[in-house]
Amino acid sequence: MSGVDYLAPASVADAVSALRASAGSARLMAGGTDLLVQMRGGRAKPEVVIDLKRIPGLMGIRGEGGGFVIGAATSGAALGEHEALKAAWPGVIEAANLIGSTQVQGRASLGGNLCNASPAADGVPALIAAGAVCIIEGPAGAREVQVEKVQAGPGKTTLAADEILLAFRLPPRPARSSDAYLRLIPRTEMDIAVVGVGVSLTLDAGGVCNAARVSVGAVAPTCLLVEAAGVALVGTTLDDAALAKMEAAVSAACRPISDKRGTAEYRTKVACVLARRAALIAKDRANA
Amino acid sequence: MSRMVVNATVNGEPVEFLAGGGQSLLDALRDELRLTGSKEGCGTGDCGACSVIVDGRLVCACLMLAPEAEGTRIETIEGLADNGHLHPLQHQFLEQAALQCGFCTPGLLMASKALLDRNADPTESEVRYWLAGNMCRCTGYDKVVRAVMDAAADLRQAEKPR
Ligand SMILES: Cc1cc2nc3c(=O)[nH]c(=O)nc-3n(C[C@H](O)[C@H](O)[C@H](O)COP(=O)(O)OP(=O)(O)OC[C@H]3O[C@@H](n4cnc5c(N)ncnc54)[C@H](O)[C@@H]3O)c2cc1C
Ligand code: FES
Ligand code: FES
Repeated sequence: MSGVDYLAPASVADAVSALRASAGSARLMAGGTDLLVQMRGGRAKPEVVIDLKRIPGLMGIRGEGGGFVIGAATSGAALGEHEALKAAWPGVIEAANLIGSTQVQGRASLGGNLCNASPAADGVPALIAAGAVCIIEGPAGAREVQVEKVQAGPGKTTLAADEILLAFRLPPRPARSSDAYLRLIPRTEMDIAVVGVGVSLTLDAGGVCNAARVSVGAVAPTCLLVEAAGVALVGTTLDDAALAKMEAAVSAACRPISDKRGTAEYRTKVACVLARRAALIAKDRANA
Repeated sequence: MSRMVVNATVNGEPVEFLAGGGQSLLDALRDELRLTGSKEGCGTGDCGACSVIVDGRLVCACLMLAPEAEGTRIETIEGLADNGHLHPLQHQFLEQAALQCGFCTPGLLMASKALLDRNADPTESEVRYWLAGNMCRCTGYDKVVRAVMDAAADLRQAEKPR
């Protein structure tokens, strides 16, 4: 990793122009827990590393319009310490906090988790279920896009080479709303998800679900929004029939590979089981 | 490639060193500052042997670039003892034989310090989860966990107003 220049721009405009000037030889860095591992292994060979953590808007959490804006480079540890964010979006925060060890949490960001574009990224299904929106800046100005539109395949995103993810916008939360994220790993810590599932939902005063989103990870080349699975829960109290319908929708959406972590059949089955459990956890939280 | 001047505070002392843009903080600590207590087990964030505390956060020094250290406050194993007086964690690691080869020990001690800095009375399972990123091939972890629990108790005792 010698022969690399390190830049730490203090503004988004400076970061975008450094990115343009590098003509493809630069890489953006948030926590570096993916990028530095890839550089070390020779899979990434940037000439310039652009550290995003000195840009104020990319760090920290702020309330806005009843919702939250999370800076793309904010560490998992900082997210876990934000009580109001954790209370409103326990699923997003539990997913972010599952990433790596205490040490990795000190650095790893949700922006890096999304832009690294692993199909097994833990933060991504939770953000998709939450309906989070990405705020992206490029030479032409800012644009906003749903999180589920960002991953394009393993290691690939729909961001242009000179675009930077600034922040995630989490919408205002109606009463009796909550979310949950579950993953399966063969160990209790420090492993890559065999399957991950995020569910976010809202109940009405009578306990009937009036909005739900379900997202799965590690069962396709990208994390997926399973719209039909959310639809299956709406208008129900999450009774057995509704959960069975949701599971069928999840199963239909899965197109996993078989590898040493699990066969395609196993992954599909586990996705259904985790979706059911996550939905019930989200419901209990929404009622609490 | 340009080398950069980096100013930081390491174990309470201001330091200045030259860092390569792609050099890890771990390499800078070991090779530029000659602080060789932090170890490299893997270089990829998996083993925790390189654990240091930067601005109050536990991180892997192998997964941080040296120039990122500009303006930060860094704590390494070399600063844990106070003028030759062992920290209660070090004392308990010795008492309980919580190390054999010792390669993981600087990282485990810094990780444990970061825990006790924010939680004076952790449960055993809090200790185990907190230390999940620190690999030890020798001890089987049990003695490490007991040493951390007992050091926490020692620290609480020492804090009590007499
Ligand atoms: C020991 C270890 C354990 C891990 N465990 C897990 C785990 O359990 N679950 C999991 O999901 N991941 C895990 N990871 C992977 C990694 O920690 C996560 O993906 C993390 O969220 C990446 O965030 P980062 O800020 O470190 O990203 P970086 O490494 O800084 O960046 C990742 C990628 O995104 C790009 N990028 C970063 N920020 C932006 C931005 N704002 N705009 C545009 N592009 C950007 C970078 O150029 C790079 O390609 C682990 C890694 C390690 C080393
Ligand atoms: S050397 Fe840094 S985690 Fe192993
Ligand atoms: S004492 Fe040898 S690795 Fe821990």
